[in-house]
Amino acid sequence: MAHPKRIARKFRELRARNEAALIPFIVAGDPDLQTTRNLVLELERRGADLIELGVPFSDPMADGPANQRAIARGLKTGASIAAILAMVSELRKETDIPIILFGYFNPYMHYGCAELARDAAIAGVDGVLAVDLPPEESAPLAKPLRANGIDLIYLLAPTTPIERNRKIAARASGFLYYVSVTGVTGARTHLPDDLAEHVGALRAVTALPIGVGFGISTPEQAARVASFADAVVVGSAISALAERHGPTGDVVGAVGDLVGAMKNAMREERSAQANAGASK
Amino acid sequence: MPAFPDTHGHFGDFGGKFVAETLMPALFELEQAYKEARRDPKFHADLERYSREYVGRPTPLFFCANLTAKLGGARIYLKREDLCHTGAHKANNALGQALLAVRMKKERISAETGAGQHGVATATFSALFQRACEVFMGSVDVERQALNVFRMKLLGAKVTAVDSGTKSLKDAMSEALRDWTATVRDTYYLIGSAAGPHPYPMIVRDFQTVIGREARRQIVKHEGRLPDILIACVNGGSNAIGLMYPFIKDKNVRMIFVEAGGLGINGPSHAATLTLGTPGVLHGNRTLLLQDELGQIRDTHSIAAGLDYPGVGPELAHLRDSGRAEYAAVTDAEALEAFRLLCETEGIIPALESSHAIAYTAKLAPTLPKEQVIIINLSGRGDKDMNTVARALGVPLREGG
Ligand SMILES: Cc1ncc(COP(=O)(O)O)c(C=O)c1O
Repeated sequence: MAHPKRIARKFRELRARNEAALIPFIVAGDPDLQTTRNLVLELERRGADLIELGVPFSDPMADGPANQRAIARGLKTGASIAAILAMVSELRKETDIPIILFGYFNPYMHYGCAELARDAAIAGVDGVLAVDLPPEESAPLAKPLRANGIDLIYLLAPTTPIERNRKIAARASGFLYYVSVTGVTGARTHLPDDLAEHVGALRAVTALPIGVGFGISTPEQAARVASFADAVVVGSAISALAERHGPTGDVVGAVGDLVGAMKNAMREERSAQANAGASK
Repeated sequence: MPAFPDTHGHFGDFGGKFVAETLMPALFELEQAYKEARRDPKFHADLERYSREYVGRPTPLFFCANLTAKLGGARIYLKREDLCHTGAHKANNALGQALLAVRMKKERISAETGAGQHGVATATFSALFQRACEVFMGSVDVERQALNVFRMKLLGAKVTAVDSGTKSLKDAMSEALRDWTATVRDTYYLIGSAAGPHPYPMIVRDFQTVIGREARRQIVKHEGRLPDILIACVNGGSNAIGLMYPFIKDKNVRMIFVEAGGLGINGPSHAATLTLGTPGVLHGNRTLLLQDELGQIRDTHSIAAGLDYPGVGPELAHLRDSGRAEYAAVTDAEALEAFRLLCETEGIIPALESSHAIAYTAKLAPTLPKEQVIIINLSGRGDKDMNTVARALGVPLREGG
């Protein structure tokens, strides 16, 4: 199947417009899959550039409390991989936004790596990320994904040595996901001071776009990260909003407002940068 | 010795390193540190000295004349790991890894615990080596092993109750991994069983094999030959692999892993991973797991907190698949009965975990000829289980009563 490679195309378009991508992470099925579908469409309208769909797992070892609870809610409403892929299929009638599955390896393995790659491609998924699948163990998933034109997104951490960054970057496609904090997911009031330096150092080992995530929860933080990274991922802040507004409240509106504010702040930061550069 | 694990930590189809990238460099660092420690005579000398002078090794191998007579079959020996300082085999591993932590200059030690025996052992060596210590424990286990929680606190450890998921060992381990992800630069994560990502299953096994090396010498002294059967309870599998690994090439020595059958393996309430598990990835390794067809981990149950986990160490999964080891499940009720049996026949109060191994022996021994020799790993003592056993027997325990 000729795959459109939506992720690479999106980053090319954004670069041409001097924009950083905003990537909301939303847990599929929180509070239900219909809302997840509505969220994807609304977030795109409010400025989201790519979407990470959290695939629920009973034991999310790399997640902090907000995402743990969101994942538990998604699990309860029955957001299985099959149900998530069916939803993506439906979404593809309405949007071309790049969609990345973000989850743990065990549910992928049980679906079957080859079957997942095939069905995800048919549904219109563009990337897959497995939090607990380092490159040493990723071959069984990486091969069928590549054969189906889907990007396997790798994480790089503040603890990853430079040589290892180089090795991982060499096998990556789509973009590289730099974990901004030494820790699990969850909103942080302070991001590390040397974040820009770390991302700068990664530029030396890869030409791929670099996204930054974990801990980013406010428009101010998003703007700061957008000044040196190609993409900003926001997750736990959305999970917290979904919890607060619940199945009865206006989750879509509340998350839409946050995403809109973040994207505006990111755009403003980039144009301020450009103006400062032009007036030099 | 067999060449397991391979350089990536695989035992056949099982094992490996399945963790978030943040932890990968720490696992490589640990591998390197362990490799160097193994080559360092000073490390071995320290390990040997603390084992002898502090843990109290070697532990005795005791011939159970009364139990043997009562069951009327094979000759039964107990390897007395219950006599280790802190009351269980967990001390062997905690000592070895705490020495590694000191060598690696880690200021803080963290651990997960189920029954609390590993938590107590870790708190003990943290006190001895003057390290900060935090133990993660499911809130259900905090309640049912309250005595061990108090012991850990007396030893200076911080005990953090984990309220997520099933509130038992599985979630304690998830939380310990989350904590390590945030503290990895200065914390040594001291895993309590032959489980988790490589190199832990190998390291824990190596530190526990002192049990089997001693037992081998001791049984030859008693019987003039090797045993016919080795029996141990299994959760992650550290006491089982510790006893059995030194016999792994002796193909005539049967190895039997006994796991928690809970309320019965036909229902949902058990932790019989070797009997009913399927391959999957959890807590850093590929192994057998109790899970549904979508790969979501199932709730487990055992009267023994230290057996209440939906997985098993990767090497044990491999030994099951290769046919080298046999396995069986024992119910809560059978374990309780065996608990009383050992109290009454030999004057030894076993841990509820170890009682599972005794229960299986009680079924097996009468079917065997009198010349056969069985060694049971008595992995721990039952003091910690007084509340649970009293409740199960309907006996109210009152303070000063
Ligand atoms: C006394 C005792 N025996 C056995 C176990 C089970 O662990 P493993 O399978 O690693 O020996 C435990 C765990 O807490 C324990 O406390």
